[in-house]
Amino acid sequence: MNVLGSLRFAVRGISANKLRSMLTTLGILIGVAAVIVLLSVGTGSSAAVKKSISALGTTTLTINRSAGGNGRAGTVGGAGGFAARLGGGAAGRGGAATSSTSGTRSRSTNLTVADAASLLNSTSAPDVADVAPVETAASVTAAYTGVTHTVGSFVGSTPSYLTINNDTVQYGTSFTDNDYTGREQVAVIGATVAQDLFGVSSSAVGQTVQFNGKNFVVRGVLTAKGSTGFIDQDDLVVAPLTTVQDEFTGVAASLSSVIVEARSAGVITTAQNEIYSVLDARHKVTAATRDYTVQNPASIVATATSSTKTLTVLLGAVAAISLLVGGIGVMNIMLVTVTERTREIGIRKAIGAGRGDIVVQFIAEAVLLSVIGALAGVAIGLIGSRFRIVGVQPVVAPWSVFLAFGVAVAVGLFFGIYPANRAAALKPIDALRYE
Amino acid sequence: MTRRPVIQLDRLSKTYGSGETLVHAVRGVDLTVERGDYLAIMGASGSGKSTLMNIIGCLDESTRGRYLLDGVDVQGLDGHQLAVIRNRKIGFIFQSFNLIPRTRAVDNVALPLAYAKVRGSERTPRALAALEAVGLSDRAAHFPNQLSGGQQQRVAVARAIVTEPVLLLADEPTGALDSRASAEVLALFDRLNADGRTVVVITHETEVAQHAKRVIRMRDGEIVDDIRQARLGGAPPRHGVPVEELARAHSV
Repeated sequence: MNVLGSLRFAVRGISANKLRSMLTTLGILIGVAAVIVLLSVGTGSSAAVKKSISALGTTTLTINRSAGGNGRAGTVGGAGGFAARLGGGAAGRGGAATSSTSGTRSRSTNLTVADAASLLNSTSAPDVADVAPVETAASVTAAYTGVTHTVGSFVGSTPSYLTINNDTVQYGTSFTDNDYTGREQVAVIGATVAQDLFGVSSSAVGQTVQFNGKNFVVRGVLTAKGSTGFIDQDDLVVAPLTTVQDEFTGVAASLSSVIVEARSAGVITTAQNEIYSVLDARHKVTAATRDYTVQNPASIVATATSSTKTLTVLLGAVAAISLLVGGIGVMNIMLVTVTERTREIGIRKAIGAGRGDIVVQFIAEAVLLSVIGALAGVAIGLIGSRFRIVGVQPVVAPWSVFLAFGVAVAVGLFFGIYPANRAAALKPIDALRYE
Repeated sequence: MTRRPVIQLDRLSKTYGSGETLVHAVRGVDLTVERGDYLAIMGASGSGKSTLMNIIGCLDESTRGRYLLDGVDVQGLDGHQLAVIRNRKIGFIFQSFNLIPRTRAVDNVALPLAYAKVRGSERTPRALAALEAVGLSDRAAHFPNQLSGGQQQRVAVARAIVTEPVLLLADEPTGALDSRASAEVLALFDRLNADGRTVVVITHETEVAQHAKRVIRMRDGEIVDDIRQARLGGAPPRHGVPVEELARAHSV
């Protein structure tokens, strides 16, 4: 009996009971489609996270103060690094917590504007392109002609802050170095703040807004960046650091953070090491006693990637289970088929079919069922991945299609072996007598 | 070359169960069937004739004794070797036709050739030739459910002879047929035997047994009667009798 002959019998066996075969293949179909769609949702969300992280700038390092030893410093720095740009409030709270513990520490050194300035040194830190000290003010409310808006992130910095963060001014202009040195009460506002206060972003330029009751002139409105999924990047106000210290936070306190731009993504680790050597010398600390952390975006990407990978694996596991259930369905129906066709098996054995012939015939039928299901599942899965699912645009990874198809066929093969062997093990005399 | 017997049974016994429930289905049967013979095995149900036929057909194994099929001792052969023996040496014809459903007549007939690993291009011509031999070449593409009982049984005969086996083994071949179809099938057996094929028929109908050259009767697992009705080398006794007359005799 050759393969072609076995396939012909398999087709005949499957078409003998079309509805039943269809329902069986449905199990495999759903499994394969689920694997493809869920894995592509996982891949899609991972791509989305990567994209939003790279929007933060892959050349940007964030320096935060840390309160304690290395273990804790890592986590505080991680959260702060994220939050410095995304949520000033969180960073502000972190800063407050740090200063409250600083009293108990003998060698706590504040992160100062002088620290930031020391990094702009072409000999000791040649790979640092730009530096911006950052001071965030917590719970700032903006008001304009009776309309109020609670600002998500109120940042005091230098004009470099905007360039390092890839922020551009859509309407009006940025504030200048003169505004910084002159302690001018001016600000640049994010698109969300502008929309909330003025309705139309462009009409904000030149207007006077009250931040916690203090008058600031709006110099410009930033180009909208969108949401990262966690935090609205446009719910932001940037004002000169000097003014923010004067009006909100006071001069004595440490900076919330310092953001540093490396010359390129390739030298970011070198730049990080330069920051370490410069600041370690200034703060008189070693790697073990370091009282600040430098957050490298590569490590944020790594963290985010590993978490989306977990998500993908989880989704894949759920889909794999449904594929397994489909496989059990194939086995179930094959056992029924074997019982139903016991007599036929007896006839075949009487006219000379060997064990192998019977095994091949029934395995071919099981595999054919799962191949049909898998092909339909691939089609449905590819169609399904074209739609947005819970806000994520799925990205089909070609390997997932081959994986799903291959696993489905293997499942059919595996679950076909037992029924096929049961059929082949029937004694011809018993099989022929079976009614 | 010496013409060895097709079947040689030597003190063959078959028992089922053990202890108090021990049943002797076949008790020490000696039987030799020569090449070209036409043997009818008769007996009431429970006489052991079906058990004997299953052993002869290599579908079941004896408990004691020796069985040579075409000179081959089938005792102790494994499942695969028995499958090959059934495929090459025996052609089965069953009471209920036992064609594979949803499979064309020609494919049913070609099936034993497929199991014999005959090349695909050779199978169809041989299957068609076998169908021609049973007078059904015009029904080659029909499915079993499109054929009458008599036609189905003739397809089954074609399937039995397609591998050129040494033995045609028929179990109540007319049991499910009307008298006309029975007569046709029996006439076909007569012709195949006249062409030199060895035929063994298990039956309880005397009309069927009248076609055989030799008739044995079984009772309680033993042969109680052995009658030769026609010479081994000659034609079977009813060969050449018109089908209409056979049908009349059958319907009595």
